[in-house]
Amino acid sequence: MSETGVHSREIHIRAISALGDAHLQEAYRSSTLRLFTGRVEAASEVPGWELLRDRARAIKHDVIEHLDYYLAQFADNVEGLGGKVHWAANGEEACRLVCDIAGRAGAREVVKAKTMVSEEIELTHALAARGIRSVETDMGEFILQLAGERPGHIVAPAIHKTRHDVSELFTAHLHAERTDDPERLTAVARRALREMFAQAGMGLSGANFAVAETGTVVVIENEGNIRFCTTAPRVQVALVGIEKIIPRFADLGIFLRLLGRSATGQKLTVYTSLLTGPRRPGEDGPEELHVVLVDNGRVATLADPKMREALFCIRCGACLNACPVYRKIGGHAYGWVYSGPIGALVTPEFTGIEQGRELPFASTLCGACREVCPVKINIPDLLLHLRSKAQEMTRAPQPKDSPVSERTAMRLWAWLMKGPRRYALAARLARVGQKVFARQGWVRRFSKFPLSRWTEGRDFPALAPKPFRDRWKELSS
Amino acid sequence: MAAKPPRVALFITCLADQFFPMVGECAVEVLRRLGVEVTFNPAQTCCGQPAFNTGYRQETREVAARVLDLFDDAEFIVAPSGSCATMVRVFYPELFADDPERLKKAESLARRFYEFSEFLVKVLKVEDVGASFRGRVSYHDSCHLLRELGVGEEPRKLIRAVRGVEFVELDDYRLCCGFGGTFSVKFPEVSVAMGEDKLNAAKRAGAEVLVANDSGCLMHLAGLAHRQGLPVRTMHLAELLAKRE
Ligand code: SF4
Repeated sequence: MSETGVHSREIHIRAISALGDAHLQEAYRSSTLRLFTGRVEAASEVPGWELLRDRARAIKHDVIEHLDYYLAQFADNVEGLGGKVHWAANGEEACRLVCDIAGRAGAREVVKAKTMVSEEIELTHALAARGIRSVETDMGEFILQLAGERPGHIVAPAIHKTRHDVSELFTAHLHAERTDDPERLTAVARRALREMFAQAGMGLSGANFAVAETGTVVVIENEGNIRFCTTAPRVQVALVGIEKIIPRFADLGIFLRLLGRSATGQKLTVYTSLLTGPRRPGEDGPEELHVVLVDNGRVATLADPKMREALFCIRCGACLNACPVYRKIGGHAYGWVYSGPIGALVTPEFTGIEQGRELPFASTLCGACREVCPVKINIPDLLLHLRSKAQEMTRAPQPKDSPVSERTAMRLWAWLMKGPRRYALAARLARVGQKVFARQGWVRRFSKFPLSRWTEGRDFPALAPKPFRDRWKELSS
Repeated sequence: MAAKPPRVALFITCLADQFFPMVGECAVEVLRRLGVEVTFNPAQTCCGQPAFNTGYRQETREVAARVLDLFDDAEFIVAPSGSCATMVRVFYPELFADDPERLKKAESLARRFYEFSEFLVKVLKVEDVGASFRGRVSYHDSCHLLRELGVGEEPRKLIRAVRGVEFVELDDYRLCCGFGGTFSVKFPEVSVAMGEDKLNAAKRAGAEVLVANDSGCLMHLAGLAHRQGLPVRTMHLAELLAKRE
């Protein structure tokens, strides 16, 4: 079974190992490029795309500022339709609730649609501990379940697996014939899954949106598996992160237009399922509908007026595809279930800054993410905010070859920069000192952090013989 | 241009001051050629970005407060760096959001502070500075300049107007080069891998010279090219515009 826990402090070593894996590099490069260009083309076809983004942002802003109100409205409406609403403060509580529902339903098997919240709360492990088998029905998640891995991308979980990798997995686990043909691979998965659908006593999904006005849970997908998960089994559970709320049914049109295009470059995903209460007489659908509203760190994020903006996210994955760092290090380097720029924001928030402190630093702050985000989250600004939070609340790791702590180094730096004479003197001393290192204007190796890291892969320029401030005297005479 | 010559206080940036004084000299030469009166206040040091970028806001405030005072009465302040200009224009107001007096000064400074290429094109309304240089030249957008200040066209206009220059665009020219301030030493392997992509793009485009407006990006790319013995030459825009070959 897949990894559990938060491993975000390992991002440095995980990044290096990803960089050394040529196969992985190519998988991430080609897939992110495809998704990235797909988005650019799809967005360019929509007149008023920018206005649409502004509108979506304004709606999300309103929701997050008045979340208590909208959540209550949503919950009342779900219950009014005959559904059952459960509140989970954290992952453990959410898992227990779902396990209990499965227990009461007598379900031995659960069919799962792709849901990031279930990854977040490690639901599969909790169900297994209660003797309940869960099967991922999304093709990507199904592949990862066989591989025992976490998603590498929030929208395309198996982004890092090539057709060849998939064929190897299917041969090893399902005794399928080797093939690189995507259609035949899909057929293999379909066969394996079809049996499960027939047996499963419970279906589980996430939510892309939860409409307060109508109590509707909205899930979108391309494969039809979610439709199955949410209609075939007698009991249906939807795991909903509390930030998924949108106020009115009419708002859905705005978000659906943005989401498909931002995520995969599709005008609309193939299926859009609206779950509004359990089955009514004469209709099909589940007899029981449970909605589990999950906090798991979201309320704490709400408490930070700046970080609140991260809750606008509609999990389209566009920021991952645009991010030059994500493209290089891949999803697993981030050490939890969310990756890329949005992962660097929500992981420290949801799991604690102690565990996630290195993530906000894994960015050049280039802003490519903000450019594509459909709800215009100012991601670089939030990363900067989190960096300062990390420095206030935790200690920066001190590399072995670093003579002083980062904080001490920064204090010393500030002291020098506040006194132009000290600054000039320090530079003069460094000029004398560099004579030992510098050759023809370059330094090949420094032994102490931070410059030792620089010279691992690059040369470092020597200080100029004369700083500009000294040259100025000649220039102005 | 107005009858009275504009006065520019040069914000040299700590990197150019200590490592690339030539950038400052060239900027001064170009500005003077255009009739600008340039001043330099030697009490300046750094804008505070290294600490800000690493999350040390108190230390940044202490350094930034000095900059607010030093340029209180300058008509225009020009920096040969998109990143330092971003620091002053975008982040100073954020840094002093809870300090009304300094916030006022920061906002005033932000209105008078320009990046070099932006100042030439937007304020002086000049594209042809009378430079000449023979070669295939490409331009790398530094991220702060492009995405925080929205300056991408101005440097291209200036480069295209240089006599003898053949301008070529890189594939994916909007992509970050991987410098990222302290990112370059916190994630050196990733930083280098991104820099390699940029240099490879320059090679594919057949660019002999890669121009940028930030000493940080340039020292990263130049250091990488030097280590790997790659032929591409890096140059600050001010250096190109000062050329008369
Ligand atoms: S932060 Fe924006 S771009 Fe990234 S996943 Fe969320 S909505 Fe999409």
